[in-house]
Amino acid sequence: MGHQRLLSKIATNDKHGENSPYFDGWKAYDRNPFHPTNNPQGVIQMGLAENQLCFDLIEEWIRNNSKASICTPEGVHLFRDIANFQDYHGLPQFRKGVANFMSKARGGRVKYDPERILMSGGATGANELIMFCLADPADAFMVPTPYYPAFVRDLGWRTGVQLVPVHCDSSNNFKITREALEEAYREAKQNNINVKGLIITNPSNPLGTTLDKETLKSLVRFINEKNIHLVCDEIYAATVFTTPRFVSISEVMLEMECKKELIHIIYSLSKDMGLPGFRVGIVYSYNDDVVSCGRKMSSFGLVSSQTQHFLASLLSDEDFIDRYLEISKRRLAKRHSFFTKGLETVNITCLPSNSGLFCWMNLRRLLKEKTFEGEMKLWRVIINEVKLNVSPGSSFNCSEPGWFRVCFANMDDETVEVALKRIRAFVGRETNNGKRVELKRWKSINTNKLRLSFNSRRFDENVMSPHSPMPHSPLVRAT
Amino acid sequence: MGVMSKEQSQLLSKIATGNGHGEDSPYFDGWKAYDENPYHPTNNPHGVIQMGLAENQLTADLVEEWVMSNPEASICTPEGVTDFKAIANFQDYHGLPEFRKGVAKFMAKSRGNRVKFEAERIVMSGGATGAHEVTTFCLADPGDAFLVPTPYYPGFDRDLRWRTGVQLVPVTCESSNNFKLTKQALEDAYDKARQDNIRVKGLLITNPSNPLGTILDRATLRTIVKFINDKRIHLVCDEIYAATVFSHPGFISIAEILEEETDMECDRDLVHIVYSLSKDMGFPGFRVGIIYSYNDKVVQCARKMSSFGLVSSQTQHLLASMLNDDEFVGRFLAESAKRLGERYRVFTKGLGQVGIKCLPSNAGLFLWMDLRRLLKKATFEAEMELWQVIIHEVKINVSPGASFHCSEPGWFRVCYANMDDEAVKVSLQRIHTFVLKNKDVVVPDKKRCWQDSLRLSLIKNRRFDDIIMSPHSPIPHSPLVNATN
Repeated sequence: MGHQRLLSKIATNDKHGENSPYFDGWKAYDRNPFHPTNNPQGVIQMGLAENQLCFDLIEEWIRNNSKASICTPEGVHLFRDIANFQDYHGLPQFRKGVANFMSKARGGRVKYDPERILMSGGATGANELIMFCLADPADAFMVPTPYYPAFVRDLGWRTGVQLVPVHCDSSNNFKITREALEEAYREAKQNNINVKGLIITNPSNPLGTTLDKETLKSLVRFINEKNIHLVCDEIYAATVFTTPRFVSISEVMLEMECKKELIHIIYSLSKDMGLPGFRVGIVYSYNDDVVSCGRKMSSFGLVSSQTQHFLASLLSDEDFIDRYLEISKRRLAKRHSFFTKGLETVNITCLPSNSGLFCWMNLRRLLKEKTFEGEMKLWRVIINEVKLNVSPGSSFNCSEPGWFRVCFANMDDETVEVALKRIRAFVGRETNNGKRVELKRWKSINTNKLRLSFNSRRFDENVMSPHSPMPHSPLVRAT
Repeated sequence: MGVMSKEQSQLLSKIATGNGHGEDSPYFDGWKAYDENPYHPTNNPHGVIQMGLAENQLTADLVEEWVMSNPEASICTPEGVTDFKAIANFQDYHGLPEFRKGVAKFMAKSRGNRVKFEAERIVMSGGATGAHEVTTFCLADPGDAFLVPTPYYPGFDRDLRWRTGVQLVPVTCESSNNFKLTKQALEDAYDKARQDNIRVKGLLITNPSNPLGTILDRATLRTIVKFINDKRIHLVCDEIYAATVFSHPGFISIAEILEEETDMECDRDLVHIVYSLSKDMGFPGFRVGIIYSYNDKVVQCARKMSSFGLVSSQTQHLLASMLNDDEFVGRFLAESAKRLGERYRVFTKGLGQVGIKCLPSNAGLFLWMDLRRLLKKATFEAEMELWQVIIHEVKINVSPGASFHCSEPGWFRVCYANMDDEAVKVSLQRIHTFVLKNKDVVVPDKKRCWQDSLRLSLIKNRRFDDIIMSPHSPIPHSPLVNATN
């Protein structure tokens, strides 16, 4: 018997999603990672939506709050109780702290009930858990494009749930229209696909935009009418750095008739607080049965009690949280502005955005062919020539070629400068008198350097998943 | 939580509306009694003593001392905070290399360094709970089955079956030969499954055993290896209690069988180990589940799946330090075995004084108590009756054999490592009192008569509600059973 039959179908299919070309950029980065002094010609990692701008605030807080750790003299008396605590309800103070933080990130406009806070293994685990609760194998969830590539794995790999794309395009800045929803729903029905719900990411990854109230209301009306679930991944809630302000589904629920039992929020501290390593995934459901079932399922991915204890302290410090949210917002705004302005000097525009840790860059005019093949070609050049790992729109299931997501919050200012320099050099030649460069169409030059095979390579052991840098790769920061 | 309305139940998945979570088992009823009236040496000396929880609280002092001496192991101390950013940002599903190395070393050391484990094969998961589920997802399709010797840990019903759709086929073991796992029993179970058109994908063993507290001898391990190779099915070995072995005979890991029994044909691609630090180190809260597979493809697949339940990098970092401290680990393992052995002796002696026998054991955090002579009749109904008496009269939460799918009534698992010496004394006193008071009842012959005080209405299986914890999840506000000074 070969390996194929020895393992499960799940183990031998590729719905883990790692065969996507999305991950090829990683390989280039891993082989040749940028370092300001050790490897200044290396590949700069801009494919990773991390928030590294506010660690100094947390580190300062840690120094002033030794009780928050079970490993300090002030905190060790709690070590055995905490190490022994495996209750899937979670530490009450932890849940309270998370509920409080979620509320503050929404300007206090809504309150969250700590009893509805469920833990899971990061947002990855949270997204999978909610699917296990809401859908059976072969059921489907609608998801607006472009969307986070790992949804394929998180929502569908072990659950057997399928994704039905709801197409959004640049003609209206990728807004989710009622027509698009209806069309996707209708087509699914025609194909005998049982749609169980709609999942949205708000603020959006990769767009970096937030949904306006009207759109949110229209989504709620839609799911109410069809009697399907609405899962709102609000993992970037506190990364909103400028107007329009963030409107959470929770706020919309206060203003309109809706079936609460259909509405669920996915959250995490990975983006808003820059703590992806701590695996703090949260499921918040307005449906009591989902809370009950989800809580039992959380046994498969509880947050470490050591981490719960630490965060319970951190998140309960009202002053700190207020200050943190304020400063984080300011720094993100500054970084976003600096980066987008830098791009504009070479006529590269991004989708206007107010949130997220990335820009949705419009490189359509640089495509030789307005096809996804053209996009892939351009991408290979960006990785191998410009030496930036960015993410091509096709990996987000974007319906139009030419868009790229570029992350800007996982590095320091100097590195941003280097990245911009490289982009500027790539896009055009600066004339001696500093005249504004003319946009050059990218000409395909058939040199050996540029001829690349770009079949999707099989993901191998050395390449990281999109959120997993190699242990020995230096994080991109100046020392 | 009430029964869901029909409309509600159609709204959710089948998984959500079924009872595959396993919490409807009467196993959990004892918890309610404990939660409503938890023992405390000063505040509530007549409360229910929790002896249904397989926790290891005997070595916390050693760990605390180490933590105090190694502040840089934490990213939240002044000495360690410079690592905070890198660690908090680290979400690589390979895990911190030092963490994996430390776990591999700890696993080897708790097997007397008779075998080595490769750090590259260490895969993380959300506790042993997550490890079992991931392993099942990798090896079996919905509808497939795993053979499991009885009696077995009730959580397997949930961990292996709930979201995976996989079934469990029991392999019956009996007290007549001390619950040894025999070739005959394996063959019988396998054949029956085949007759029922059930595709068996593997065999799951827990060694050391929960609830028996015994270890598998070499001959049995060889039988098992031969069996799975003949049938070409997987062998998953849950060795979560490996370092709780406190006396002879010594623990023999499946890893040793693979290394040493070279006369046997064994396809390593069929062998996988599930591990955790929850029992050996007493850290269930830290959710350190480990999958160690000899099958490269399973390692790769499980690693991808580990994204659903990685160990917190903060915890990985702490444990990396701790587990790589060879001197500490050596000392910890020796001291832990010593204390477990002492506790075992004290408790079995105490039980022996009132004629209560236990299955002879040398591992685990519990005893498999033989209360068959206290049963009114040799039925599971009678076992439940006795259990209710133990909970409500003796005021001890123990776990009835039925919840472990034991084939014979009258056995109870009683945990002894989750409390201090004082609480052990109190529990033994209560047992003495109960047995002596009812010594008319404790007769070896079939005639028994229950006194009125013992006649209880049989409590039907109550539906699990939110107040009751899963078997390994105490209510947050319940005081842990320990004496305060």
